[in-house]
Amino acid sequence: MKYKNLDEANKAVTDKIVSAQPYLMDVVPAKEVIDELNGKVLLHAGPPMKWEHMTNPMKGSCYGAAIFEGWAKNEEEADKLLSSGEVEFIPCHHVDAVGPMGGITSGNMPVLVVENKDGGNRAYCTLNEGIGKVLRFGAYNDEVVNRLHWMKDVLGPALSKAVKQIDGGMNLSVIVSKAITMGDEFHQRNIAASALFMKDVMPYILKVGLNEKDLEDVTKFLADTDQFFLNIMMAYSKSVMDSARQIEEGTIVTALTRNGHEFGIRVSGLGDRWFTAPVNTPKGLFFSGYSQDDANADIGDSAITETFGVGGMAMVAAPGVTKFIGLDGFEEAQKISDEESEICVGHNPNMSIPNWDFKGICLGIDIRKVVETGITPYINTGIAHKEAGIGQIGAGVVHPPMECFKKALEALVEKYSK
Amino acid sequence: MIYGLIKKNTYQDSVNLMVLSSKLSESDGINNVSIMMGTPANKEILENTGMYSEEFEEAGANDICIAVDTENKEKVEEVREKLDESIKNLSSKSKDSKLEKSKTLDGALTSLPDANLALISIPGEYVYEEADRLLDKGINTFIFSDNVSIEDEKKLKEKAHKKDLLVMGPDCGTGIISNIPLAFANIIPEGNIGIVGASGTGIQEVTSIIGRNGGGITHAIGLGGRDLSSDIGAISALDALEMLDKDKDTDVLVFISKPPAEKVKNKVIDKFKKLNKKVVAIFLGERPKEDEEKIKYAWTLEEAAYKALILSKRQKDYSSNLSDIKDKLDKIKENSSQRKVLGLFGGGTLAGEAAMLLKEHFNVDAKSKEEGYMLKYEDNKIIDLGDDKYTQGRPHPMIDPSTRKKAIKELKDNDDVAIVLFDDVLGYGSNEDMASALAPEIKEVIEYKKSNNKDIVFIASICGTEDDIQSYSEQVEKLKEAGVLVLDTNAEAVYTSISSLNYLNSNIEIKENNDEKKTILNSDLKVINMGLESFAETIKKHGGQVVQYEWSPRAGGDKKMQGLLDKLNSL
Repeated sequence: MKYKNLDEANKAVTDKIVSAQPYLMDVVPAKEVIDELNGKVLLHAGPPMKWEHMTNPMKGSCYGAAIFEGWAKNEEEADKLLSSGEVEFIPCHHVDAVGPMGGITSGNMPVLVVENKDGGNRAYCTLNEGIGKVLRFGAYNDEVVNRLHWMKDVLGPALSKAVKQIDGGMNLSVIVSKAITMGDEFHQRNIAASALFMKDVMPYILKVGLNEKDLEDVTKFLADTDQFFLNIMMAYSKSVMDSARQIEEGTIVTALTRNGHEFGIRVSGLGDRWFTAPVNTPKGLFFSGYSQDDANADIGDSAITETFGVGGMAMVAAPGVTKFIGLDGFEEAQKISDEESEICVGHNPNMSIPNWDFKGICLGIDIRKVVETGITPYINTGIAHKEAGIGQIGAGVVHPPMECFKKALEALVEKYSK
Repeated sequence: MIYGLIKKNTYQDSVNLMVLSSKLSESDGINNVSIMMGTPANKEILENTGMYSEEFEEAGANDICIAVDTENKEKVEEVREKLDESIKNLSSKSKDSKLEKSKTLDGALTSLPDANLALISIPGEYVYEEADRLLDKGINTFIFSDNVSIEDEKKLKEKAHKKDLLVMGPDCGTGIISNIPLAFANIIPEGNIGIVGASGTGIQEVTSIIGRNGGGITHAIGLGGRDLSSDIGAISALDALEMLDKDKDTDVLVFISKPPAEKVKNKVIDKFKKLNKKVVAIFLGERPKEDEEKIKYAWTLEEAAYKALILSKRQKDYSSNLSDIKDKLDKIKENSSQRKVLGLFGGGTLAGEAAMLLKEHFNVDAKSKEEGYMLKYEDNKIIDLGDDKYTQGRPHPMIDPSTRKKAIKELKDNDDVAIVLFDDVLGYGSNEDMASALAPEIKEVIEYKKSNNKDIVFIASICGTEDDIQSYSEQVEKLKEAGVLVLDTNAEAVYTSISSLNYLNSNIEIKENNDEKKTILNSDLKVINMGLESFAETIKKHGGQVVQYEWSPRAGGDKKMQGLLDKLNSL
């Protein structure tokens, strides 16, 4: 190891997290930046998995993507195609991407291009489609597919032209720092960041030459989509954590993700390896008519936000979110963040939380501390219906299985005992 | 049957409404309640979930839509009432828990970086490992837990001894450090008696009797029942005695224990003899030995307490006050004729008290026959300037400083007086600023002595309070500025004069305060409480800094993981 000890190595990793400079550079069709998507390939959330292990919502997303790409006309055709093995599945994480919930990403879907100017690396994520019946939660009816086409044909190109007018790209840390003081934790709550994003991007959108109808639609969509910034935050966090991964030493978690079947983590000293265990099911608050029994198992790459230190880890910044998990109020929120900070090596001064005495967000989850204390990251998450086609039915919280961390700890001992 | 209601122009966060929906759905006679803001997307959700009602047609984004699925129409009104009430009560009740908490030692140390004591009340099987790593971090331990093996106890105590730390316990029930109660303890006034004991209730009984009878304690250090066994050999007892001996606030020591092994007992008694302070010792159940010069033995706890009380009143050590005037005293020492005390008092009773204490010191009983002299013994003089002899034709010296100024001025030509004792009585009627009135003469005398390669010590006490018109603290400042050693009480001023005389007449060294080692007894108590939370609350209540370490076995008690963690952390 090129560092004196694990603490030094971890310091190097977290220094990369603190020094990161993510900028939104462009919005492009995924296949333009991810070579693999030029074939019959779909990206999915979480650690690697097979078609037969996918839960229904992820399968639903795959049907929607296949129909959107014109590979199939309907669910039956899509199912036949996908179960035939003709379509290859690759984790988003393996191609510099992250995807919310099912994470299903196909070649023609527009993706955000976020560049971390400190690490010199890029990360990609699809655009947020809004709430309710949406692809990421497994819905795939005409409304969903039509919206995907509109995003490909109108929203994506408009944002691309708008963002490209900003010299050097859009500095995302500025928005994140502001929004955290406005009550966002960037996983369950992105309303401030989404509004700030819209405020910053609208002057440029007005100049991209949209016709009146498209301008109205784009404006309305951005105004209505409170979670729009979530996907930006995911690409942001992915670009930061991948830059930290370049250190290749230490005990810091560099990815937390789930595919509905398994929870997977990556650790700085263990490179690309996934350490997995069966996922838990989120607990939360449900839309009327749905209950815990309808909830799908934990799914999505969005826990990259917790890996970076926001989301559930930053609950204190967004006390309102505690209501999703049956808790009530600021002190409970603070308790959660206080507890989470005990498994981290420090605080990131760039994202200071006023009602936490201006302490920075949690920085660097150390798997040693996770195993020692039994405290696992607190992940704020959306909840999908376990049947395909229904979509989001609530939101809540979930913890990774401890087994992932134990396995990684064992691998680290093996690596460093040599 | 679905009933729809609209609450116009009342915006509520969707999460609040989801919470209310699920709460209200649980009411009797209601199948389901769905409450949402009337946005198009929400209306669609209401439709999809079969909760749509045509009333919602006209609802806008700022209107609350309330859908109630019930067979009983009266229930709808009930839901509306509950909704209104709930919206009013949305603000969270803040729970007042100010005790800082942490689930890791690192976290606890982040909250309390220079913690110096850990109070441990976790299961005994985990104590060794935890106490060991606390000692490694330089933290003293108070181990309340029992079921720690005697081998482990010995290892911990040996380690602590090497690091100048203290291990109290295991199975240590009672302690009071710097007046902060630890575990089972009573609230005892602050005083000058220090306690070391291998008996919890023994300490409680002795400290309580002391407290009830006008005495007070500095520290009570519990040892746990096995410290005086031949296996442990009184490691903590000896260290605790040593620490208390060096503690400048402690004047008398009390040692409480059951009869130890003979060898250990001799070791402890040898230690008593080496201490600078007097000791009251009780070995419960053993007929007391005959008192020795420094050691008094007791038969009952009550007797131990009373003996300590009597000693504590006599043994208060004022020599520590001397460090501030050491240079002056050393200069005076060179001039062998300069050994007298001169008291220039305005207050008659204060003069009387000074005379009384000096008489006791000189062991004389004679009443002075000369007017105005409260004491005149071998040219040591205590003068009551308020005596008629001095006040004929002028105001009382508490108002008029002139006689005192004159007396101070005359000291230039006096080569006998080493120490000038005086009072400064504040209050209505007294001089408005006695300190400023006396300061020029005091400075003049000191300067004059210095220019002749001599020196003189002025010691004063001020009778008054901050609220007096002269302001206590301002008078202190002015006198200090003039070169006067200002002490809290007249008795302390006199005792310090006596200590000064003793120093001038002997070869004893003055203890320097600055080379005093930092121990848990002379630092602010900062406690990491591992285990019973009520202990932390007590500490907090009594002004100690404390963080609650919500301890649980490492890695959930998984031995394999603990091993891996140790391996990784030792790299």
